[in-house]
Amino acid sequence: MNYEPVIGLETHVQLLTRCKIFCSCPTSFGEQPNKNTCPVCLGLPGALPVLNGKVLELAIKAGLAIDCQIAERLRFNRKNYFYPDLPKGYQISQFKHPICFGGFIDIVLPSGSKRICITRAHLEEDAGKLLHEGIPDGSYVDFNRAGVPLLEVVTEPDLRSSSEAYQYLTMLKAVMRYAGVSNCNMEEGSLRCDANVSIRPSGSEKLGTRAEIKNLNSFRAVQKAIEYEIKRQTELLDTGKTVAQETRLWNESRQVTIAMRSKEEAHDYRYFPEPDLVPFTVSREEVERIRKMLPELPRDLSDRFQKQYGLTAYDAGVLVQEQRLAHFFEEAVKCGTQPKSASNWIQSELLGILNERKLSIEKSPVSAKDLAELIALIEKGTISGKIGKEVLPRMVDEQKTARQIIESSGLTQITDEAAIGKVALKAIQANPKSVEAFKSGKETALGYLVGQVMKETQGRANPQLVNKILKEKLEQTI
Amino acid sequence: MAQSTELHSFTLDEAVQAIKSKKTKPLDFYQALRKRVDAIDSRVRAYLNFAEPAAVPQSSNGGLLSGIPISLKDNISTEGWETTCASQILKGYVPPYDATVVRKLKEAGAYIFAKCNMDEFAFGSSTETSAKGPTFNPWNTAYVPGGSSGGSAACVAADEAICALGSDTGGSIRQPASLCSVVGLKPTYGRVSRYGLVAFGSSLDQIGPITKTVKDNAMLLGVIAGHDPRDSTSASAPVPDYVKELERPIKGMKIGWPKEYFIDGIEPSVRHALQEAAEVFKSLGASIQEISLPHTSYAIAVYYVVATAEASSNLAMFDGVRFGIRAKAETLRDVYLETRDLGFGREAKRRILMGTFVLSSGYYDAYYRRAQKVRTLIKDDFVQAFKQVDLIMTPTSPTTAFKLGEKMEDPIQMYLSDIFTISMNLAGAPVISIPCGFDPKGLPIGFQLVGNYFDEPKIFRAAHYFEQATPFHKMKPKI
Repeated sequence: MNYEPVIGLETHVQLLTRCKIFCSCPTSFGEQPNKNTCPVCLGLPGALPVLNGKVLELAIKAGLAIDCQIAERLRFNRKNYFYPDLPKGYQISQFKHPICFGGFIDIVLPSGSKRICITRAHLEEDAGKLLHEGIPDGSYVDFNRAGVPLLEVVTEPDLRSSSEAYQYLTMLKAVMRYAGVSNCNMEEGSLRCDANVSIRPSGSEKLGTRAEIKNLNSFRAVQKAIEYEIKRQTELLDTGKTVAQETRLWNESRQVTIAMRSKEEAHDYRYFPEPDLVPFTVSREEVERIRKMLPELPRDLSDRFQKQYGLTAYDAGVLVQEQRLAHFFEEAVKCGTQPKSASNWIQSELLGILNERKLSIEKSPVSAKDLAELIALIEKGTISGKIGKEVLPRMVDEQKTARQIIESSGLTQITDEAAIGKVALKAIQANPKSVEAFKSGKETALGYLVGQVMKETQGRANPQLVNKILKEKLEQTI
Repeated sequence: MAQSTELHSFTLDEAVQAIKSKKTKPLDFYQALRKRVDAIDSRVRAYLNFAEPAAVPQSSNGGLLSGIPISLKDNISTEGWETTCASQILKGYVPPYDATVVRKLKEAGAYIFAKCNMDEFAFGSSTETSAKGPTFNPWNTAYVPGGSSGGSAACVAADEAICALGSDTGGSIRQPASLCSVVGLKPTYGRVSRYGLVAFGSSLDQIGPITKTVKDNAMLLGVIAGHDPRDSTSASAPVPDYVKELERPIKGMKIGWPKEYFIDGIEPSVRHALQEAAEVFKSLGASIQEISLPHTSYAIAVYYVVATAEASSNLAMFDGVRFGIRAKAETLRDVYLETRDLGFGREAKRRILMGTFVLSSGYYDAYYRRAQKVRTLIKDDFVQAFKQVDLIMTPTSPTTAFKLGEKMEDPIQMYLSDIFTISMNLAGAPVISIPCGFDPKGLPIGFQLVGNYFDEPKIFRAAHYFEQATPFHKMKPKI
C-alpha cells in the first residue's frame, strides 16, 4: 500500500542572551563544568527565579519573525518530573498559554513554496547535562546549561517528507538568525529538534499513530531518522502490525530509532501555574516596538531578489537561507556581475568548493569582489568558463585573485585565430573518421573535434572561435 | 554585671537602647542568652544550633539593630550555616548564600544567634514533626508550643531570645505565637522577600517577626520588609515607618467581628478572652461590628489542595542529587525512592502524596483549578469586608495548646487547629496574633487582627494600644 508520511517538528531554539532566563549567570558555551551556576540555576532551596527581560524581548521578536501572534499575558507553568539534570525537579515552562502562537514559515521546494503552520512557540529553561564518559562508577552533572533560555517552536503536522523537514529547519534557522534571536548552532546545542512521525494510507484524512523521535542532533539526523521511521512504520503496517504510540530515541551510530517509553509509561507532568513568577501583561506598544526592530527577513529578501534581479523563486530561496550568502550575492551584483550568473556561480560552484573544505560563506577566502572579477574575466573572454571553474578552487586554496592565478599560470584564453587554426588543422588531419562522419551530416562529430582542440590547448582556446574555425576548415576540405 | 542575668528578658526595643547607650555590649547579650539556654533549653528544646561568640559584632555598624541577636527558623537560608528545615533529608546542607532577610538583618547590624526548631519543612501545627524531636511549650512542657514555627515562638516566650523570625504558610507564625503568648505577624504576601526561605507553599509563604511586644514586631518588620529584585512576588510598595505609626490613636477605628469565626468548636475560654478583648477595644474608642466572611468554611479544604500541590513540586528538588543525604541504590529510580523514603518524615510524605494527587492528570480540574476559584472567593470576602471595617478580629486558634502526641495520629484534627489562620494566607492579607489571656490551665490565648493589604501600620497601632491596656505581654512562663 502507499502511505503518506505526516510529520510535525518541535524545535528548541536557544535565545541569544548573555544571561540565563531566570538568573544572571552567563550563557557562554564551553566553560568548565558548573562554572556558570548560582543558587537559582542550581535549584538550591529557597532560591527564586526572576525573568530576564531580554529573553521576553527575543521571544517576541522570534514569534513576530515567524508571523505568530503574541499572547496578551505572559504566564509560566511548572512541568514536574525527576531527572538528575533537572535541578529543581520541575522545569519552568509554558503550557496552555504560550507567548507566541498561530504563525507560519514558508519553505522553498523545487516544486514551489509550501506553508508550514506554527502551532506555538513557548519559553522554557534548559536542563543541565549528564556526563558519563571516563567516569567508572557513576555520572556527573554539569549545570552550565541549566536555565539557558529556550524557545520551543512547534509546527502543525504539515510536513510530508524528510526533505520538507530539512527545508523547514533550514528556513527556521535562517529566520532566527536574520532576526538576531539565536545563532541556531546545533553543535553547541543552541538548536535541537524532536520529530513526531506517523504515516497514513495515501488519500486518508485520518492521522496515523505517531512516534516521537528524540535525540536528533543535526539536520541530517532529523532527515535520516524520519526516513528510518517512515520505513519502519510502513513495514509494520504492511505486515499487518500496528504502530505503537511511543517515544523513540535516534541512535546515530546504528542509524536506527529505538523505543524509549510507551504511552502508558509517559510522564504525567502535573503542570500548574508557576507561583514564583506572577503573570503579567505584555503591552501591545512593546510588541509593536519590537516589530519595528525586525530586520529584512528571508522571505522579504527573496521577494526582492526575484523582483529586483529576476531570479527564480528557487534560486532566491537558496540564496536567502544564509544572510551572509544573500549579502555575498548582492555584493557580487554591485561589482557589476549579472545577477543570474552571480547566482549560478555562487550556487553551483562556490558553495560546493567551500562545503568540501568545510568553510562557511563568511569564512570564504574568495570575496564577492573576487568572484565578480573572475566572472568578468570569463565574460570578457580572457579565460574560458571551463578554465574559470578550475581557477575558482585555486582562488580558495591559494588565496589569490583570479587575475593573479591566470597570469602566473598562463591560462589566458587563446583568441588568436591563426594559433587556433593551426591546432584545428592538426585535429582534422589526425581524425579522418570524424571528418568523414561530419561530412555525412553527423553534427556530433564536430563536438569531438572541438574537444580535441580544447584538449590540445589545455582548455585555453576560446570555444566559440574553435567552433567557428573548425567549421570553416572542414567546409574548405569538402 | 548584676544586670546581665536579666539581659535575656529584654525586649528588642530595650536591647537596642542598651547597646546604643553603650550600657551593654553585644557580647553581653550573647552570653546572657547562652546562659539562659543552658539553664532551660533542655526542657524547651527550641533550638537546633548556635552561632559561635566570634559571630557577635564587636561594635555598632550604625544600623538600627546593631549588635542584636536574632533567632531564625531553620527554613531560612544562612550562608555557611547548616539549614535543614528540621528534616533528615537536608542533613549537612550548608547554603552558599544568605536569605534576603538575613542579609537585611546583617546590614542593620544584627547577627544570627541561633536556628530554631520547627515542624519538618513547616508541615505541622505542633513542632512534633521535626526530625530533631519536638519543642515543648514553656508555659507547660507537657503541651506543644504550636507550629510550625514552634521553636521561634518558644524561644521568645522563654526569654531564650530577644526576638525571632518565623514563616507562615497557614498560620505557622500566629498559632505558635498564640499558644506561647508572644506577638507574631504574618505580613501581607509580598511585603517580605521570600528569597532564601525554603519554599513550602510559594503563593502562601511569608516570613514574619515573632517578638515580645508589638513595638518590637514593628521594628523588626521595618528592617526585613521591602522590595527584593530577587523575588518577583515581592511588592514594590514603599515601607512605612511602622514604629512612628504606633502612637497614632485608634479612636473611631472600626473592628469587624466575623460571625463565621465564633463557631461551636471554639473553647469557651478562648471565646471569653475574645469577648474581653473586644471590650478593651471599645474602651479605647474603637467600635466592634459584626461582619461576614461567607466562604470561611471552605478555607481548610482549599488550603490543603493549594498548599500541598505547591509543596509536592517544591519538595521535588530534594532528590539526593546535589545536596543533603543520598541513599545508596543500584538504579536512579531507587536512589530517588530510597533517598526520599529515608529523608522525609510521615507528614512530609503525606503532603507530597496529596499534592501530587491533586495535580494529576484527570484530577487537576476537580481539585486544583476549583480550589483556585474558591481561593478567589475567599480573597474577595476580605476585600468586601475592608470596605466596611478597618480591621478584623478573630481567635488565632480554636483551642489553647494541646498535649504532645494528642493529635499526631489524627491529621484532620491537627489541620483543624489552623482553621482560623489559613484564610489570611489564601487571601494574602496581613495579620498579627497577640496575647489576650489564659485558660483555666494557665495556657495562653491569643487573638488575630487582620488588616487590609499593606495596612500593617493600622494592625500595629491597634495591637499596640491593646497591649498597653492589658497585662498579658508582661507575663512570663515559670520555667
